[in-house]
Parts: sequence; structure tokens; C-alpha cells
Amino acid sequence: MSFEDWYRQDRLPHIFCAGCGNGTIINCTLAAIEQMDWKKEDTVFVSGIGCSSRAPGYIVTDSLHTTHGRALAFATGVKMANPDLNVVVFTGDGDLAAIGGNHFIHACRRNIDITVVCMNNQIYGMTGGQGSPTTPKGCLSSTTPYGCAEIPFDLCELAIAAGANYVSRWTSYHVKELEKAVRAGFETPGFSFIEALVQCPTAFGRRNKFRQVSDQIEYMKSHALIRAKRDRMIEAGEHVPEDMIVVGELARRNRPAMGVKP
Amino acid sequence: MTRTEFWQGNIACAEGALAAGCRFFGGYPITPSTEVAEHMAAKLPKKGGVFIQMEDEIASMASIIGASWTGSRAMTATSGPGFSLMMENIGYAAMTETPCVVVNVQRGGPSTGQPTMAAQGDMMQCRFGSHGDYSTIALCPSSVQEMFELTARAFNLADQYRVPVFLMADEIIGHMREKIIVPDAMEQVARKPLVKGTLPFRPDNDLIPGFPQFGKGYGVHVTGLTHDERGYPCATNPNLHEALVRRLVDKIELARDTIASDFEIINPGAEQVFIAYGAPVRTVQQVLHDRLNDNIGFLRLRTVWPFPEKALARFKNVKQFFVPELNLGQMAREIERHVRVPVVSLPKLGGNLHTPEELESALEEAR
Repeated sequence: MSFEDWYRQDRLPHIFCAGCGNGTIINCTLAAIEQMDWKKEDTVFVSGIGCSSRAPGYIVTDSLHTTHGRALAFATGVKMANPDLNVVVFTGDGDLAAIGGNHFIHACRRNIDITVVCMNNQIYGMTGGQGSPTTPKGCLSSTTPYGCAEIPFDLCELAIAAGANYVSRWTSYHVKELEKAVRAGFETPGFSFIEALVQCPTAFGRRNKFRQVSDQIEYMKSHALIRAKRDRMIEAGEHVPEDMIVVGELARRNRPAMGVKP
Repeated sequence: MTRTEFWQGNIACAEGALAAGCRFFGGYPITPSTEVAEHMAAKLPKKGGVFIQMEDEIASMASIIGASWTGSRAMTATSGPGFSLMMENIGYAAMTETPCVVVNVQRGGPSTGQPTMAAQGDMMQCRFGSHGDYSTIALCPSSVQEMFELTARAFNLADQYRVPVFLMADEIIGHMREKIIVPDAMEQVARKPLVKGTLPFRPDNDLIPGFPQFGKGYGVHVTGLTHDERGYPCATNPNLHEALVRRLVDKIELARDTIASDFEIINPGAEQVFIAYGAPVRTVQQVLHDRLNDNIGFLRLRTVWPFPEKALARFKNVKQFFVPELNLGQMAREIERHVRVPVVSLPKLGGNLHTPEELESALEEAR
């Protein structure tokens, strides 16, 4: 068995643009599932609206492609009604943090036993590149033509503050680390949140000086700062540059959870 | 065996749901429907069911749809402001053919309006409130007994036709207390399961596909996008979209006579005929009781959508229909579409019922 067996071959070709990072994240997630030895009939993927939310449509299990921002509320119903199911949510930065922000913090607070993989491309890709709640300050998008003036959300800090049991952040460059993080999320009872920064050459990269797909991946690689190193830098009183992406496991704890398989 | 109780309408609604096998309730507090949620919170855990208070009505509606796909009979209860928030996912339930029950204990609107006063202002919203064309089923109880019975029926209709079914109650019926005869068990119509190997959204002759419950190995993809019979998104094919939307409407409209056959007809030979649903039924019943010799006709609706238009033709001698409603004539307009005689709309806003005198003077004026 390979993780490739989890794909719906009859749905190809997929809708993702050339150079999109989403496929990498789906591969990592399915590879982690393969290690968990989950059965297809016991696994449900739920998503909202956006590029990332198209992922469940390419996977052979039962899947619910829902309304914009509401994936976690639907997933809560699925998981609470049948805790025997493994429930995985694919979402994006706009879906999760803008229109779905309230559902996000309450799913974290309930610490419901689902795993959320957020493909953060820092932009609304499907609608053509509008600014999102994670678009970095100063970045260009079709609705921030003079540079984004707003402060972006730190999705992981949000999840930690709201009560999620497991939180980690990686990028589409860090495939092995990401796979391990998703697996750790599956293994941790309660709400698990894995943020994966992804390149979006079509809507983000071309407006923000990443002329090649590899330019943005290169940027994520060179700006990734392991959490432990960040902590050491802070301890030593060193300055942590603002544009660094803190990656690694950011929370793993054992708060009481809901909807855990009996 | 039955037992007699003295219950509030909202409690009867919750008990009707439990008797129908409802095992999932996702809701959010709102006057005047909150007693439904409170009663479910107390009772569901003891029956092995799930009660969850969601963060808003959008999430409540989403949660019951998610639960329904695992095979659970699921419901929520709300009132106007919450009903407006639910519209988004009500459309999703219609498009994905998800069985679920939504109770709306109507209060005065628009907006926050009159939280503790009765109204029937959401009758068009429950039919047309979400964007796009679709059809749904709406039931209107006019007694505590019917709060129980119609809630239970709503689950059977939802499972049979795979639509969201609305119990369109109002504050008066929801908060009224009266005698109720509680049956020991309610008949449950099971969801027709999908035959393994058939396409998940290919309809049978009744225009309804079998239900592929999550966790049973169907591997079904459910999407609110226009989808083909495999369930796969196919949003740019005009013919496919038209066929899908027409089927979603036709599966209800073509079954209209079966779904909406539960009306009551009194004095079909009368020239003056009342049509009512919900709380105004009680005033009409008082008028009929007080004026026995007046030969006044009455069409009492229990199912409002799909509208039982054939019931109107049963009044062969009718000269005027009178439609008392706690809104500005929402159903009167629907009735006008189907008849050639005058339809006298008797609207009442503010939260009080029509008095018998008000209805009687309407009869006198028209004579």
C-alpha cells in the first residue's frame, strides 16, 4: 500500500496551478495517514471553500466539501456524532482565519479530536489574489495594491491561546518534518493544528518578487527559524528578525478533549 | 398505550424529536425557542445522543448536517435572527440532499424585533431564504399536541425526501401549555440506503438517490458545488446544472399531494372560508365554535410547503377566502395564485392573536 492509493484517479487532472504547494501538503498528510494504518472507510475529510479546500475531492474516502469558513463546524458534527471516525480538515488562511475565525477558536477551545491541516498561501488564490488575514504587512495583492497595511494573524499562536492540544508550523519545503508533524497531530488526542506555509506562484509570488516557484520555496527555507533556536536567541537577548518564520512543534499538551474515540 | 401530560409547546417539540429517534442536537440559545435546546441538553445524553451548543447558528446548522451524514437524526431550533444566519447552510443541505430538521419558533421581525412576541413573518424565508432555486418542506403546528406530532413527522419527511424540513412554530404555540396525549412510540421511516456499486447522486424513480452514510465504505464526495451523479464538482455544464436543480425542486413538488395531504377541511360547502396555520388557527376555531349555524368553512394547514393547492378546490361554493396571519399576508399571496375568488388577507402584527371579534367583523364586512 502506498499513500497514492488514497487518491481518486478518476478526478485527475486536478485544479491546482503549476507550481502550487498544496499537492505537497496533501502528499505529506496522506503519507502520515499511511503510517497510522487508518482504514479508508473510517476516515473522513472535511473542508470549506478555497484552493486548499478542494483537496478532499481528490481523496477516495468519504468527504464533505462545505461552505466558506464552516468546515470546522461541519467536522464537529461529524466527529461528535460518530467518534469512531478519523476526521481530518483541510483549510486555508482565508477560510480558517477570516470567515471561519470564530469556528476556529471555538474548535480549539472545545479541543475536539480532529486534525486540521491549514495550507497558508497568504492570499485568496481561488478568487485571484486578494489580501487575506495572513498576508504579510507591505505585500502586494489585488486588494492591497499599495501594500498590505494590516497586521497578519499568527495562526499557531491563535490556536495555542484558544486551547488546541497540538500545534506545529512547517512549510512546503520541509516535507519530512511536515509529515512527522501531521502524524504527531493524528496521535495527539484533542484538537491538532498544523500550519503549512505554501507557495502560490500564480496569485502571491508573481506580485511579490518571487518570479520563479523555487524563489518562494527558497525564501521559506532561508527564513525558517526552528522554534528551539528562536527560544535560545531570545534567552541570549539576541534580536529575532521580524520576517523569520518560526517553525517546529509549538505546543503539545494533554488538556481534556471532546469526541475522542472510546 | 399512551400517557397524558401537561406540557409547554417547546417541550413537546423536543419530546417529539426524541420519540422520532433524534440523537443529535446542535444549537444556540435564542428566545423564544431556547426551551427546546434546554430540554434536549437534559435528555439527549441519557439516550446516548449528543447535545452540543455551538458558537452561533451558522455553526449549529453546519453541525447537524455533519451529524446527519454519519446517519444520525439531527436537528436544531432557533428563531428569526438565528434562522437568517442558518440560511447559508440550509442551502447547502438542500444542494447536498442532507436530511435534517430545523425548528423555527417565530418571533416578531425584522431584525431583533420582538424576541418574546409571536409572529409568522418567516413563512416566505423558509421557502425561499437561501440563494438559488430549491424546494423544502415546512410544517406548522397549532397546538402542543402538534408540536410533538409534527416534529416527529418532520424527521420522517427529512429522511424520505432528503431535504431540510422546517417546523415553523410561533411563540404562542411554543410557550403555550396544554394537555397532550403522548404515544409510546412514533413510526420511523428509515433513510433509503444507497445500493453499493451505484452512483451516489443517481436518483431512483422517486427522484431521490439512496443515502451513502459516512463510515460505511461508500467513499462518497459531498459538495455544495453543482455536482454530477458521482458527486464530483461539475460547475460549468449548463445542462447538468439545470437537471440537478430541477430534480431538487421536482422531488418535492411532484410529491406535493403525498407530503401536504394532512390538511383539515371543515364545511366544504361554505361560501366564506378561513384558511389558517399555526396560532391563528385557534382564533378561527373559536369563531367556528361560536357561530355554529353560520356555515363558515375552514381549511386548516399543517403542511404549508409544498403548498397543498388542491385543497382549495374542495370548497366548491366558496365566494371569499379569509386568511388571518401574523404577518402582512405572506401565505395569502400564495393562495391568491391558485384561486379565482377574492382572497381577503387579515394581517396582524405586534405579537397578539387576532380576536374572534376581529375575524367575525371581517366576515360581516364582506357579506
